[in-house]
Amino acid sequence: MSKVRRTMLFIPGDNPGMLLNGGVLGADSIIFDLEDAVSLTEKDSARILVRNALKNLDYGKTEVIVRINALNTDFWKKDLDQIIPALPEVIMPPKIEKAEEIVEICEYISKIEKDMGIEDKTIKIIPIIETSLGIENSFQIGQASPRLEALFLGAEDLTANIGAKRTKSGDEIFYSRSRIVIAAKASEIQAIDTPYTDIDDEEGLKKDAQFAKDMGFDGKASISPRHVETINKVFTPSEEEIEFAKEVIEAINRAEEEGRGVISMKGQMIDAPIVNRANHVLEIYKSVMGGSINE
Amino acid sequence: MKIQGTAIAGTLESNDVLITLSPSSNNKVEIDLNSIVKKQFGDRIEEIVREMLEEFNIEEGNIKIQDMGALDCTIKARIETAILRLKEGK
Amino acid sequence: MSKVINSLEEAIKKCELKDGMTVSFHHHLRNGDFVLNKVMKTIDEMGYKDIKIAPSSIFPIHEPLIDLMKRKVVTGVTANYMRGPVAEAISEGIMDEPAIFHSHGGRPRAIENGEIKIDVAFIAAPTCDKEGNMNGVDGPAACGSLGYTYVDARYADKVVAVTDNLVDYPASPISIDETHVDYVVEIDSIGDPNGIVSGSTQITRDPVGLSIARYASKVIEHSGLLKNGLSFQTGAGGASLATAYYLKSLLKEKNIKGSFCMGGITGYMVNLLEEGLFEKLMDVQCFDIEAVKSLKRNPNHQEISASHYANPDSKSSVIKNLDIVILGATEIDTNFNVNVHTDSNGYIMGGSGGHSDTAAESKLCMIVAPLFRARLPIVVDRVHTITTPGSTVDVLVTERGIAVNPKRQDLKDKLKTAGLPIVEIEELKAMGEKIAGKAKKAETEDKIVARVIYRDGKELDVIRQIKS
Repeated sequence: MSKVRRTMLFIPGDNPGMLLNGGVLGADSIIFDLEDAVSLTEKDSARILVRNALKNLDYGKTEVIVRINALNTDFWKKDLDQIIPALPEVIMPPKIEKAEEIVEICEYISKIEKDMGIEDKTIKIIPIIETSLGIENSFQIGQASPRLEALFLGAEDLTANIGAKRTKSGDEIFYSRSRIVIAAKASEIQAIDTPYTDIDDEEGLKKDAQFAKDMGFDGKASISPRHVETINKVFTPSEEEIEFAKEVIEAINRAEEEGRGVISMKGQMIDAPIVNRANHVLEIYKSVMGGSINE
Repeated sequence: MKIQGTAIAGTLESNDVLITLSPSSNNKVEIDLNSIVKKQFGDRIEEIVREMLEEFNIEEGNIKIQDMGALDCTIKARIETAILRLKEGK
Repeated sequence: MSKVINSLEEAIKKCELKDGMTVSFHHHLRNGDFVLNKVMKTIDEMGYKDIKIAPSSIFPIHEPLIDLMKRKVVTGVTANYMRGPVAEAISEGIMDEPAIFHSHGGRPRAIENGEIKIDVAFIAAPTCDKEGNMNGVDGPAACGSLGYTYVDARYADKVVAVTDNLVDYPASPISIDETHVDYVVEIDSIGDPNGIVSGSTQITRDPVGLSIARYASKVIEHSGLLKNGLSFQTGAGGASLATAYYLKSLLKEKNIKGSFCMGGITGYMVNLLEEGLFEKLMDVQCFDIEAVKSLKRNPNHQEISASHYANPDSKSSVIKNLDIVILGATEIDTNFNVNVHTDSNGYIMGGSGGHSDTAAESKLCMIVAPLFRARLPIVVDRVHTITTPGSTVDVLVTERGIAVNPKRQDLKDKLKTAGLPIVEIEELKAMGEKIAGKAKKAETEDKIVARVIYRDGKELDVIRQIKS
């Protein structure tokens, strides 16, 4: 089953202090950012810093993602040249608009993997969809490679791209959110929601994260360590959800033993989607309750 | 290789190190080391600097280190970047 | 007969101060204190030599002491805490006689049984009347609690109140009463309010500090002590204060009411009191303006003396009823011994304060600290200075794991069952070394520059001169 990714925290790639501590801030995944967080004159030093951090520091159970620069820059190939040999778990290319771009990136990564003899590592990809064309092509993008783990919605650039106003309520990105969830799930991969940009508004963050969860997103990105705990709580199955899931699985198991096909529990029909959901909830629960450092 | 231009990499932020490469005044390797943890890690930092200079074949030059508690991997990254910038003539 | 005297010089003459005698001060004016410097300047100008000083703490503002030490006007120091230029100078061996460190509870013990004999106590009094009734809650240099002054007022041969706020008789409220006071001197200012108390205390925004505080609150949650009537003490900043923030959420969530908070009081504690999450505050020292105001107006916020706070020889002290204390560390070793006296270069930058006292008496003593400061790991083979013996320390909480003292297997089991990241302290040390590299230990000369006296009066450790 896929990795649990309730939270993805952005860490500026040119900040050694944050690279050192990124893994203890409670996020399931951390994104070392070589793109927006790093100025043009520091792109060269950031990728070497991140490469060294990957090689020398132990991030434990936290998934390490690297956001490379966009395909319309000179930087992305140099980023991959340095980073891939250091074995990040996921590459996050920004501003992806077409399936062909995913193919191009995969080919470049495969070549490096082959040269280094590390094909078996199968580095994954989570592209950021943040333009109108990207949204339109999201299903094709989701289908473009077996390396894909999720689609990530980037609402800041998207709203700028389409001329919409970015608001806390998020009405302007409702369609895009739905579209990304559909495209991701149809491709059998995860959907990650855009960060909430008001660092001080905890109530607003909670509402936004809950809304994203209810829509079907598997997790939410964050630009501030202070958001991690709230987002984790929202995306962690509640005690009620866990209890219900356990009951469903018990009911299914009993039914199988008794040779019954159709099952009902507390007056509700328990069919395949409900069983799948129950299994999913229990998997998440097992994954995050193991006493790991990542809450 | 002799250091002929000047190059800088890094910052004075906590856990970082500022590396300045410049030509040597006396035809050898000069290491000017300042660190907030000089007593505890001064020897180790100098060791790393020499390793890096050897790796990149630098026989002559002045390397100034202003360390704010950077880990080995950060120091190496900053030195490598400075040398890269030197080569690219930045 | 009036106790009010025109000048410090006259008061010193009337107290019949002689070379070789001991004078004392309190540190409630913290880094805004003018009194120690003014009194010592006067003593110097009057030609005295070989004076011993017993300030309860020394701050950067007391830098002029260095010159007095060099010229042997001051030849002995006893304190509970020191930081700044004076602490550095002592670390570098400026004094012939070692400085003596006590804890907040050990100092009154030592004064009461004569180990420290105070000839003249100079008590900076934010409010004082002509007979010497004083308090710390009013006046331009209001500092709140005067907890550390009680023992000096009672046991010094002579007591001089130094004030910038002489009020009509009788002053109210009264912390130190006139029966202990010999003379009152009015000066234009006893201290700078900005250095005395901070504005309001803010919770740290440092994400690592918050991570540590979150774990610390989880330890409290599963310790078995989180129930009605809980008593609690914590520090004024960093992860220590942030733990109070998470504790507040816990108390609200579980509908629990604590009995008292104690120690150095901040506005944060006042907030816990005013929101009804704790019933009382026991205050030996105020750290910010909110605490000062609350002490003045709220009968449930009480001033306690240092003896009442933590004297092991008292019939009882407040810390004997303390459930949980959150403390810091500059270093901790694999035996859980904690150092808050010296930094890893061997420089004095602190002292026990109430650290060793609260660790000894509390039911649960938790050290909260990041695994590194700059590049320096805090878990070491042996601490440079033992402030608090490992036998009194129960848990170390870092952002990368929680270590429980082996003698608390009961607690370890509870925390493990709760799914907390429990590791051996040796593992934390290894983790620190793996990430940062192995730090060379600071070298010292043989000369002893300070002695650390444990709260029972026995020498716990010595601090040696820095090797330059």
